[in-house]
Amino acid sequence: MRALGIILAGGNNSRMGALSNKRAIAAMPIAGSYRSIDFTLSNMTNSHIQTVAVLSQYNARSLNEHLNSAKWWNFGRKQGGLFLFTPTVTADNSWWYRGTADAMWQNIDFLKERHEPYVIIANGDCVYRIDFNKVLDYHVQKQANITVVCAKCPEDDDITRFGVVKMDPDGRINDFEEKPMVAHSNIVSTGVYVIRRRALIELLEQCNKEGRYNFVTDILIRYLGMQKIYGYMLDDYWRNISSIDAYYRANMDFLKPEVQDHFFKEGETIYSKAMDLAPAKYNEGAKVSGSLISSGCIINSQVENSILFKKVFVGSGCVIKNSIILPGAYIGDNAYIENCIVESNETLLSNTSYVGRDNIMVVAEKNNRYGV
Amino acid sequence: MLLAGGQGSRLGVLTSDMAKPAVAFGGKYRIIDFPLSNCINSGIDTVGVLTQYQPLVLNSHIGIGIPWDLDRNNGGVSVLPPYERSGNADWYSGTANAIYQNLNYIDNYDPDYVLILSGDHIYKMDYEAMLDFHKQTHADVTIAAIPVPMEEASRFGIVIADEKKQITEFEEKPENPRSNLASMGIYIFSWSVLRKALITMRDQSNCDFGKHIIPYCFNEGMRIFAYEFNGYWKDVGTLQSYWEANMELVDLIPEFNLYEEFWKIYTKQTMIQPQYVAPTASIERAIVGAGDRIAGHVKNSVLGSGVVIDEDACVTNSILMKNVHIKKGAVVDHAIIAENTVIGEEAKLGEGEYAESKLNKKVYASNLVTIGSNSVIPDHVTIGKNTAIHGVTQESDYPNMALESGGYIIKAGDRA
Repeated sequence: MRALGIILAGGNNSRMGALSNKRAIAAMPIAGSYRSIDFTLSNMTNSHIQTVAVLSQYNARSLNEHLNSAKWWNFGRKQGGLFLFTPTVTADNSWWYRGTADAMWQNIDFLKERHEPYVIIANGDCVYRIDFNKVLDYHVQKQANITVVCAKCPEDDDITRFGVVKMDPDGRINDFEEKPMVAHSNIVSTGVYVIRRRALIELLEQCNKEGRYNFVTDILIRYLGMQKIYGYMLDDYWRNISSIDAYYRANMDFLKPEVQDHFFKEGETIYSKAMDLAPAKYNEGAKVSGSLISSGCIINSQVENSILFKKVFVGSGCVIKNSIILPGAYIGDNAYIENCIVESNETLLSNTSYVGRDNIMVVAEKNNRYGV
Repeated sequence: MLLAGGQGSRLGVLTSDMAKPAVAFGGKYRIIDFPLSNCINSGIDTVGVLTQYQPLVLNSHIGIGIPWDLDRNNGGVSVLPPYERSGNADWYSGTANAIYQNLNYIDNYDPDYVLILSGDHIYKMDYEAMLDFHKQTHADVTIAAIPVPMEEASRFGIVIADEKKQITEFEEKPENPRSNLASMGIYIFSWSVLRKALITMRDQSNCDFGKHIIPYCFNEGMRIFAYEFNGYWKDVGTLQSYWEANMELVDLIPEFNLYEEFWKIYTKQTMIQPQYVAPTASIERAIVGAGDRIAGHVKNSVLGSGVVIDEDACVTNSILMKNVHIKKGAVVDHAIIAENTVIGEEAKLGEGEYAESKLNKKVYASNLVTIGSNSVIPDHVTIGKNTAIHGVTQESDYPNMALESGGYIIKAGDRA
């Protein structure tokens, strides 16, 4: 009860290409059975944060559907709860969220009415495990004004899409460059911050007065010299999924037993909405290897080094290699799929072939399942 | 009112430490999920579950009924164990006696009708349609009945009904059956009728619906109707029928379909992560639960969640419940292995020829190896057909590292 959580889940990103047509990034399916925001929500509930506000704007309905009940993450108690805030027109505001700081400012009454001393600000597009209590302890111990959770940029990722950070030996951040052309460090901000609730309210009101709307550029970078801003190093697995390549790689990471252990075996449970699907079914002719298969799947043929999300149907004579098949997809007989991400609820016709050559191919055909 | 207190002794060691309705079925479910899901899907949101024998697993499974949406402000699910009254304390001595002891519970809700269910069968049924029938015929009692093949009718309690479906006669396991409508043990009573019958019959010892209450109602001249049910309805009361019902699920198009959106079966989900199929694995004709890790070979089997099968292990024609671990190189054929059991490396289950059971000929009468929950089978042992094992066993329990067909090792009470 030391902190309340805010999850900035408003965004879309052009790097997600066709995948973000249907949903906010925070609602992207991950690791077979989850959605991206489940990791942050589970981290919060496992850190005993009871009050969480999700700020959402782009295609908010996709998130809303996932968050239609708070009980899956053990929120929705008499104390605290899970709140979904989308922009609303009020007597004194008729704007959409103009930036991350503005999104919080538009919900400043929520911040004012709570009593928790700290706020954890996070996002919905990272796959990680963290104990926020440790970050809070660090924040208090350093007597910081703001603590930024930082991580080493994964080697195969494009560092120029992150905020790049430099710290002094004590951990105080002395350089913060947002999406630099050339990076001078391999430490990046994970987009998770700790700040005192009252300090946040003051900063947000000041920002709004000056017509500034972005938390990173208008608060973190602008106040870098004035405020004590510290970096907390997260040394565990951490991936941001907001580009097609990063999304594909983060999913494929789950084929490694050590990553599975990190999220599924060690530490507390990662929660998600229960779907009440039957167990996966392997029929005659199924030939599955090196793959993750989720509940509700029915498999009649070959799946190799791939991830099948929930309720995927694979017809007979198919070959699926190095691919990610999102929930509810129907793969017709004899289809050949390699290096692809197949959109959710997609219907792929029989005898078709989809191969991503240089890049991962996103398959979104919008065929009518029952018309063919 | 769901009767879930029975042991189900014909399931042998599977019910050593849980009641029959709590036994796993179809990978992720427990038998009681079927009547509970039928209730909520039929719009019945007040359910009393009567427990008595080994209720722990059942209690923690049901909880406050969240998985079935039975956590309600009014009604919802209530677990009803036997309790002590001033002056006396009685166990539930029969199905009707159990209901009699909970008259207060039902009176609290003052319903018009009471549905009596048991937790023994796998089926999907709309109880609301049965209730409509009950109302339409102005019945006092309605008994659900299913047509069975005439040649098998002598194994069931048979009802004989006129063309309006009013029951004119009962025959218990008749030698020459005159009808093929078998009672399913599902009753709807008008509450006033049931209440009176229970109170009148309260001194009957082991008061049972089939043996006492229905005959009483019949002799009183009440209107008793048969509601004919035509659908999948499977008794899983014996090891062989339990095994067969599970195995039918792996058919290409199973008669009992768990994959359709309509009439979903709900259960408490303890694991949600996907299953991992390693590059060394092969799986065919199988149902595989969430969170499993398969590196070995699986064919013709039903696997619960959290099952681990190591490299070179081979599982065929078997049912593995939650969190079973089959170690490297083990061979498992025609086995039912209950929750949290570990099978040692290179162990061989289901070897040799059939032999009559030395434990109980009535319960164990098939080719199956049956292993109770929380058991351990040591490395390198060989286990024959028609065997039963429960408890943490060691090499010293196996003469010549083997348990021959028909044998058993029961180490109940061991908490190693």
